[in-house]
Amino acid sequence: MAAPAFNNALVRWIDHRLPVFSFMHHELHEYPTPKNLSYWWNFGSLAGIVLVLMILTGVFLAMHYTPHTAFAFESVERIMRDVNYGWLVRYMHMNGGSAFFIIIYIHIFRGLYYGSYKAPRELLWILGVVILLLMMATAFMGYVLPWGQMSFWGATVITNLFSAIPLIGDSVVTWLWGGFSVDNPTLNRFFALHYLLPFAIVGAVVLHLVALHRFGSSNPLGIDVKGPQDSIPFHPYYTAKDAFGLGIFLILFAGVVFFAPNLFGEPDNYIPANPLVTPPHIVPEWYFLPYYAILRAIPDKLLGVIAMFGSILVLFIVPWLDTARVRSAKFRPTFRKFFWVLVVDCFVLGYVGANPPEGWFVIVGQVATFYYFFHFLILLPVLGLIERPLPLPQSISAPVLKPAEGKA
Amino acid sequence: MAEAATATKGHAEGETRRDFIYLAAMGMSAVGAAAVAWPFISFMNPSADVLALSTTEVDLKPVLEGMAITVTWRGKPVFVRRRTKAEVDTAAAVKLTDLPDPETDAARVKKPEWLVLVGVCTHLGCVPLGQKTADPRGDYGGWFCPCHGSHYDTSGRIRKGPAPNNLAVPPYAFLDDTTIRIG
Repeated sequence: MAAPAFNNALVRWIDHRLPVFSFMHHELHEYPTPKNLSYWWNFGSLAGIVLVLMILTGVFLAMHYTPHTAFAFESVERIMRDVNYGWLVRYMHMNGGSAFFIIIYIHIFRGLYYGSYKAPRELLWILGVVILLLMMATAFMGYVLPWGQMSFWGATVITNLFSAIPLIGDSVVTWLWGGFSVDNPTLNRFFALHYLLPFAIVGAVVLHLVALHRFGSSNPLGIDVKGPQDSIPFHPYYTAKDAFGLGIFLILFAGVVFFAPNLFGEPDNYIPANPLVTPPHIVPEWYFLPYYAILRAIPDKLLGVIAMFGSILVLFIVPWLDTARVRSAKFRPTFRKFFWVLVVDCFVLGYVGANPPEGWFVIVGQVATFYYFFHFLILLPVLGLIERPLPLPQSISAPVLKPAEGKA
Repeated sequence: MAEAATATKGHAEGETRRDFIYLAAMGMSAVGAAAVAWPFISFMNPSADVLALSTTEVDLKPVLEGMAITVTWRGKPVFVRRRTKAEVDTAAAVKLTDLPDPETDAARVKKPEWLVLVGVCTHLGCVPLGQKTADPRGDYGGWFCPCHGSHYDTSGRIRKGPAPNNLAVPPYAFLDDTTIRIG
């Protein structure tokens, strides 16, 4: 890597001693990127931008929020009514969480479709799953802070999951609560951790990017970059493409923030928490519904909790479960069909999770839970061995250039 | 040759001693790390003021037969139900083999008329319905948890649904005929 020649003398002076400018030039400007990336590759940088938005709005909200059971609900209402632009900052933060999960889920399914997790990008994928887990913990604790009915009972149900641990379960739950029920100590520590974890996410994102830049992005064809003819510099090509995607996202996001700010929320959370009355129908935030459906699909408490955590932990070993050598589903006709079955399955799980566990929802939830694990634990290993993939193109350039030559 | 042999021996000896010091040092720092970690773990457990609030006295005089009241103990709801004769008889008549968590009704009460329970579903901690007469009481006339559909009988025992255990009986004592102290 040749150090770029900077025109500005001050920049040259600094860069010689602290090579941040060379680093940025190398990683953001000349960084060679496959030239065939589709819009599905926009969601990584978009997630990064939303993370910054969440931290920024969150730090500002904390300036007016009071983490005490007697004041939390009212301090949030004060932010909504009395604080200048408090409604805007809170609605951005609230809907930013939903936007973050939409983006991340698309990003994950992109990875599953195009086999982005395959060698040599296994650790890149694993770091991504770590980020997902940190996001889930952060989102869960953030949802508790307004101290509404769903906050309180969501916190009660989720922390009680740990009581399923044999022998030490109840002590673990008491330790998590700092008392004998979800109460002021719980709210205080959740606030502290909700403020801390986003910075842990930033750390994991940095590692995610270091791992990404080691081998560069995968691409829709799933074949390696074979030379300079297959790649283009990140700037201005992908900075422009990412900026365009960001514009589209911001239009949609502003639409929700200004016109349907409570679209993703539960009306019950505008009722102050009452430890003596459970709302008749407890549902978690939409991004947790599929896991909630898996939890309830299994009639045994401990096994239900294991299955729920297992549904995320299974993602860690996907790089080794998938035995196929071909990365992209573009060249795997059978896998491609099952991929879409998995997508539909996750939506079905989400739908079941949103409904009470009665009647046919129970059966559908159990079938969908079975398919989820079947897909990862049976289908991925077996399909890789028996499926005959379509012929791969010679290089990333080949499929682009060939039709052009044919026309000429 | 002799010189080489001594050197090798000395080197080998040095290595074992060094290994020992290395392991001992690592062991000590592990102990030190655990000693530092302990206060932080303990820090998150219930504090003295939380523990101090752990008894509640309840006056039972206003509770008529068939009525139930909910009181707070350690931030949790406690159900106190004055059972009717029929409810007591139903609870006593259940065969232990029909119960997922077998316990006799007699073992769960101090006086058969008064049933005192922690009103927290043993599944995931919701408050079951059944305290008010208009509430659904489930298939067994006791309590019904709306969150995940657990049914409890007139002794607070789990009969149907995902909850693994009976509703817990808190430690309590009758101070006189019409007053109990929970905790």
